[in-house]
Amino acid sequence: MKMIMAVIKPFKLDETREALTALGIEGMTVSEVKGFGRQKGQAEIYRGAEYAVSFLPKVKIEAVVRDDLVDAAVGAIRKSALTGKIGDGKIFVWDIGQAVRIRTGETDRDAL
Amino acid sequence: MINSVSRLFPLLLAVAACAGAGEAFAQAAPAAPPKLDTGDTAWMLTSTALVLLMTIPGLALFYGGMVRKKNVLAISMQCFAIACLATVLWMAVGYSLAFGDGGSLNAYIGGLSKAFFAGVGKDTLKGTIPESVFAMFQLTFAIITPALIVGAFADRMKFSAMLLFMGAWGLVVYAPVAHWVWGDGFLAKAGVLDFAGGTVVHINAGIAGLMAAIVLGKRKGYGSENMAPHNMVLSLIGASLLWVGWFGFNAGSAGAANGQAGMAMAVTQIAAAAAALTWMFVEWMARGKPSVLGIVSGAVAGLVAITPASGFVTPMGALAIGFIAGIACYWGATGLKKMLGYDDSLDVFGIHGVGGLVGAILTGVFASKSVSDAAGLLEGNAGQVLVQVWGVVGTIVWSAVASYVLLKIVDAVVGLRVDEETEVGGLDLALHGETVH
Repeated sequence: MKMIMAVIKPFKLDETREALTALGIEGMTVSEVKGFGRQKGQAEIYRGAEYAVSFLPKVKIEAVVRDDLVDAAVGAIRKSALTGKIGDGKIFVWDIGQAVRIRTGETDRDAL
Repeated sequence: MINSVSRLFPLLLAVAACAGAGEAFAQAAPAAPPKLDTGDTAWMLTSTALVLLMTIPGLALFYGGMVRKKNVLAISMQCFAIACLATVLWMAVGYSLAFGDGGSLNAYIGGLSKAFFAGVGKDTLKGTIPESVFAMFQLTFAIITPALIVGAFADRMKFSAMLLFMGAWGLVVYAPVAHWVWGDGFLAKAGVLDFAGGTVVHINAGIAGLMAAIVLGKRKGYGSENMAPHNMVLSLIGASLLWVGWFGFNAGSAGAANGQAGMAMAVTQIAAAAAALTWMFVEWMARGKPSVLGIVSGAVAGLVAITPASGFVTPMGALAIGFIAGIACYWGATGLKKMLGYDDSLDVFGIHGVGGLVGAILTGVFASKSVSDAAGLLEGNAGQVLVQVWGVVGTIVWSAVASYVLLKIVDAVVGLRVDEETEVGGLDLALHGETVH
């Protein structure tokens, strides 16, 4: 099992969600977050005075997936969240030690 | 203002007659003593309410949206408190100093004959309206002028110092200048044209604001901290209320419900819209985006600039004044401020000072015989521009010197500026014990 965590542009969320569920991924957690990468925030201008806004709004998607789905899922996120402009986001993947479904007590692959 | 009403009295009555006031009334007009006109009175009652709407809630919201969240109550409170303070002082002596008879000193200041509204009764008239209505209409100008100044020192002045300064300023600076221009003072005698307060209100407030910004110094963190407005919607609503109220400000300054009032309303709308579009397009070109604060600032700039000219120019003149004011005030609030390095928090000088100056001078250029009995440069009366400059210079000198001295006195008495902890934590909680949200 792997955890896929992707930070993407908010307007790409629906597209990305559809791409992931089409692969058979059953669930995910989505949060509205703020941050910056190479895009380094943006400037707001009020009557000529510039104010740097260092944190931009993004959406964070977290999904734990079966090992055989990881590459397809990463590819799907990349494809659906891509605009080609700065600030498209990043995808991180890491191993998950254990998963448990609270309602039934199923573990690992069955719990996903 | 109202003086011109008496000069235009026969014409006024003729217009009223055309509007259905009665033919017999018009025929008797030339010889008849001033008589109450219900149409004029109704319009002036309405105008008075409209101009009060400009300060509370208009200006309070306009400024309230532009400051940071921690200071929004403080600046709204300042506007509201000034409305109350100016009212009591106006009733006590302000009205008398501005519009009373000053005897041998009448060129410079009115006397105390009308102190505490002495002699202002139910049946006393000023032109064709009750004097009580005239005094209240003028009061709303005496309210908004000091209230405009608070934008210059936003976020850093003590409330006690603000009350002291504004109370004194209303009597020492506003009342005399109003007397000079509208109360038979030396600028009125010189022929200065200021229909609704370009000089008395806007240059006067703009210069006082500049003085306050300089004497108080910059806000802590100015230039390095984020001082972005906390709620542009409040500013948009506030500026919109200012615009609506400005119909009372300018069209009310005709002192009557007549053709000149109608024309004043038309040119007010045209200049405001032209300046708003101009600012918007200039900013769009210079900065890449047409901002909300930009378009509303442009509208205020146009309203300011048309104010002195509103009873004297044609719609074409208004279009030109709006266009020029849009460019000049954009520069005043961005380029000029950066160049000189003062921290006029909400651009009181950049918009009211510069806009007032532009409007006052352009009144001398665009004044047209087709609207009133005054001709400007374009109709061959170049001297009017010089007269306008004289009015501007006189006001600037008095407002600058007297405001500076008053600020220094208040500083010595109670201290002008809040301490650092109050400024960083916000005025709302420290001075008023309240916060928003």
